[in-house]
Amino acid sequence: MMTIINFLPTMLSYEFMRNAFFAGTMAALVAAIVGYFVVIRSVAFAGHALGHIGFAGAAGAGLIGLSPPIGQLLLTVLAAIGMGGLSNRLEKSDTVIGIVLAFALSLGVLFLYLYKAYAAQAMAILFGDVLGVSHTLLMTMLIFSILSLCALAIIARPLLFASLEPELAQAKGISLSFISILFFIITAIAITEASQIIGVLLVFTLLVGPAAAALNWARTFWSGIFLSALIAVLMVWLGITLTYITDWPAAFWISSLSLVIYLVSLI
Amino acid sequence: MPAIAIKNLSLAFGDRQIISHFNANIECGEFIGIFGPNGSGKSTLLKTILGLITPSQGEIYIFDKLQQQGHIEIGYMPQLRPTTSTGQLSGRARLMACLAGFRWGLPLLNKQQQAEIDWAIHLVKAESYADRPFSQLSGGEQQRLLLAQAILNKPKILLLDEPLNNLDPKHQESLIELVNTIRQQLNAVVLLAAHDLNPLLQVMDRIIYLAQGKAAIGAVAEIVTNEKLSWLYGTPIEVIHHKQQLFVINRDIIEHDDHH
Repeated sequence: MMTIINFLPTMLSYEFMRNAFFAGTMAALVAAIVGYFVVIRSVAFAGHALGHIGFAGAAGAGLIGLSPPIGQLLLTVLAAIGMGGLSNRLEKSDTVIGIVLAFALSLGVLFLYLYKAYAAQAMAILFGDVLGVSHTLLMTMLIFSILSLCALAIIARPLLFASLEPELAQAKGISLSFISILFFIITAIAITEASQIIGVLLVFTLLVGPAAAALNWARTFWSGIFLSALIAVLMVWLGITLTYITDWPAAFWISSLSLVIYLVSLI
Repeated sequence: MPAIAIKNLSLAFGDRQIISHFNANIECGEFIGIFGPNGSGKSTLLKTILGLITPSQGEIYIFDKLQQQGHIEIGYMPQLRPTTSTGQLSGRARLMACLAGFRWGLPLLNKQQQAEIDWAIHLVKAESYADRPFSQLSGGEQQRLLLAQAILNKPKILLLDEPLNNLDPKHQESLIELVNTIRQQLNAVVLLAAHDLNPLLQVMDRIIYLAQGKAAIGAVAEIVTNEKLSWLYGTPIEVIHHKQQLFVINRDIIEHDDHH
């Protein structure tokens, strides 16, 4: 009994654990809320591709003297603008996205070959490193979380309308490609942020898992958003705790919890 | 002032001419059916009036104002498509997203806007299923909620794209009655695209008939005649009257308008 009572204070006495929980919570909130729109717009695969393009950005950052997260963010945002601009033609085209995704990943491999100094950091971007979050990264994440959620709050109403009824939204004068570009930029920021915790390969798990489960339960927009955020935060907290206990990778635990919750939501 | 003034309108889809040099004045409160074979441009004409498609020639004026993109006075009901990825999201939640969805900010509705949602749901008689997941509703129920969406903001013009598709005759009849009631309550113009003339004969004031790149507007008795339809189709057409129903017959292909 004493061990359970002592467990939490002990775990939280380490700064890297406190940072992990703080960073994990932010990533979960942003990814889950952005993810709700990713799921209703059926652009999950495009989101997945943005993660891989980010890997190329992170790996290539060294070549032009940038830090990996900045390189990742820049290339992801550029790709987001491209995807949004071509919106209806590209965002749902599995073939084009699949080819671009594979190319981006291979570009990342090439950059790592050409510039080896950031290899370790770039690999961390693939699988994430929740226990290695620095104070600087934490502050950067906080700023980007607030910015992206504020931006999302501004476009939420037309975004929801355009996602559910694109033709009607267009008929009321909404520019679908403008909304799409803004949304993909916000998604790019959310993905870059979440990938610091669980890596670009598994960023899907925070972006799509909680939102898909929430949509299977919630009948209104707001209950869906709250449920998605709640599931994601609980998933990350439990995942980090299990990582602390077992020393297994956090990405594994969080992805497993995501799968379990989604399966439960199907029942 | 006509609600919709179509002036010398030509529409092309790639190389294919859909409508050429079409003129029409449509007044407030008129019920107009739009007919023609598949691919004749019924949806394209509706989308042009809505301002989503730019005509290759000519103009459309909505209440004397040149139509650009979208118009607050126009309610539009698109063809029913399979819905994906929306899980358990209810019909009411979709309606709420559509109301004032063109403004910036968070999708929150005030009391008055919520009352408007209730009004639209009541008018299409969808109270019993509006709060159920939209994706699990029947085609007819989804159609009614799409119609509810179209009448939000109390439009003066209603464009309905094949709302009778996938409905059995009984549901077709009740939907037509509903549309007619809404038309009277809002004193709105109704433009309704459909395949079959017969269920609509009682309510329509005039019809627009499209075929082979040509278009004609007039009363049913003026348009659905051997001469007029033969001119439109460019091939001998025979109209058969049988038990107050109309059948349009092409001698080569049996292109009749009956889907019963």
